[in-house]
Amino acid sequence: MKTEIKVKNISSTADLVLDDRVHKSLYSDEKIFEEELDKVFNQTWVWLAHESEIPEAGSYKTATIGRQPVIVVRDRKKNIHVMLNRCRHRGATVCEGKTGKTKAFTCPYHGWGYGLDGSLRALPKPEEYENILDKAEFGLIKVRTESYQGMIFATLKDDLEPLDDFLGGAKKWIDLFIKQGGGYPLKAMGDHRFRFPGNWKIQLENTTDAYHFPIVHKSFIASVDEQAAEVFDFLDGEGFVEDLGHGHSVMVMIPELVDLEENLDEPIPARYSDLAKQLADEGHSNLEVRRLVRAVGGGGFNLNLFPNIACSMAFFRNLVPISASETEIHHIALGGEGAPEVFNQKRIRLHEHFQGPMGFGTPDDGEAWERVQAGSMAGTDGWIMLNRGMSRLSTSVDGNVKGAVCSETGMRAAYQQYKKLMSTSSEQ
Amino acid sequence: MELDTQLLANVTAFLNIEADMLDNKEYHQWLDLWLESGLYIVPVDHNATDYANALNVAYDDHQMRLLRIERLTSGNAISTQLSEKTVRTMSRFRILDDVDGLVRVRCAYCLYENNKNGIRSYPANLQFKLARDGSSFKIAEKVVKIMKSSQYLTTISYLF
Repeated sequence: MKTEIKVKNISSTADLVLDDRVHKSLYSDEKIFEEELDKVFNQTWVWLAHESEIPEAGSYKTATIGRQPVIVVRDRKKNIHVMLNRCRHRGATVCEGKTGKTKAFTCPYHGWGYGLDGSLRALPKPEEYENILDKAEFGLIKVRTESYQGMIFATLKDDLEPLDDFLGGAKKWIDLFIKQGGGYPLKAMGDHRFRFPGNWKIQLENTTDAYHFPIVHKSFIASVDEQAAEVFDFLDGEGFVEDLGHGHSVMVMIPELVDLEENLDEPIPARYSDLAKQLADEGHSNLEVRRLVRAVGGGGFNLNLFPNIACSMAFFRNLVPISASETEIHHIALGGEGAPEVFNQKRIRLHEHFQGPMGFGTPDDGEAWERVQAGSMAGTDGWIMLNRGMSRLSTSVDGNVKGAVCSETGMRAAYQQYKKLMSTSSEQ
Repeated sequence: MELDTQLLANVTAFLNIEADMLDNKEYHQWLDLWLESGLYIVPVDHNATDYANALNVAYDDHQMRLLRIERLTSGNAISTQLSEKTVRTMSRFRILDDVDGLVRVRCAYCLYENNKNGIRSYPANLQFKLARDGSSFKIAEKVVKIMKSSQYLTTISYLF
């Protein structure tokens, strides 16, 4: 097998992605990063929000497509709009803060006022614009947006395929993921945000990397009971990774937790016996208690959607590229809208246990990712290996390429989509 | 305004010990400063009041404090293996009230960390509920409102 591939004659970034490896300069080269913003983030569907983050008319969330600031907002009829966060006059952002509720967007600089649908409503001292400014042409710039199961995506590319087609084989897994709510509609319950000094693709890879789990998360596993530790001991189990097309992949770690509405008659795990008792004491039926308990810890898989969102066991993982060597991660906690308080509370506590800046899992992931970034500066001909499991692939029931749970099948899927996008000419 | 400088001195002395223990990673002694029912909270949203029903950066009851200290000291967590001693400074102590044996106090705080990315600082407003315990106190609640907690933090390998 080839081990040395010289890169000095490679001129295109797409050529730095091979079937079984990628070149380490993809993590650290600022020019490549700028090219990615143009060819990846500006040319594909990018996840921005979950509908429950903007529940009411006037609710908004600020986000970015690549590096471009956008507003995701519900208008008075509760229709969702995505707009560039930039006043059409002199370019100031018109909306600040993570989330909130407003009646309108008013530019703080000269007071141009926009409706929730982005239309330019009023501006101070309009007489100086007499005959030279048509308000109908100066609304906030709309961005094409489509949703699937409450997940709001947008794209700057008007002729891109519909979101439904882009998600394709991933939709089946999204449908399973939303069963997190335990019979109630999925609801975002706040997020953890942190930055790490490393490239965005290191995080993209990590969501489909089961191989690291028992090594990096040893301290997390030590903090849960024996029964839960067994559940997380999945590398020798029946799990798998499946390439879902378009760069998406699913990594099933715990097959028995793929469908949270099945096997409701399973014994209640000891770690949830208090929750089950509380729910029963509140008068919930036996079936309801079992459905909630089964859903409380999340599903048994990570769905990695290219390029910036994952439905990761129990939460949304959203990555935001900052620079070649810096990435912001949002871990969005999820619960059930209208679900019993003790259920949502337990989900929040479980999320805090692993996720976020002080979780028992994330800081150790962060340490590994920082080291990947630092190590990527060593040598000139360094390749990042993605060949794990390549010789033992099979075909899934859905006809997709499938590898072992700890194979790098999902990473290869993501990088092939990356290669495809990076191969397009920048004029497109 | 009436000033109870003796109470202020006692509270300050107690909180200086608490801070010194954390900087010097005397975690097991630190546990003894707590009421078992006490809560250690690092909120995401500084305006939150119902911490139990909100997502926090940390929300540690007694059991989680034990597990967290095990994590910080066991050597199993790669993010803690090279973690150096921190330096925290506190000032601007103010007693908010002193009712039924429970003293509420807040202060300004900054933690400095020597990380491989440089010296990083974390300014915060701290709020404590301290239960009187003989001539000293036990911590009933500690709330650490770190700047930028709702925007973005870094990963953290110690206790605030």
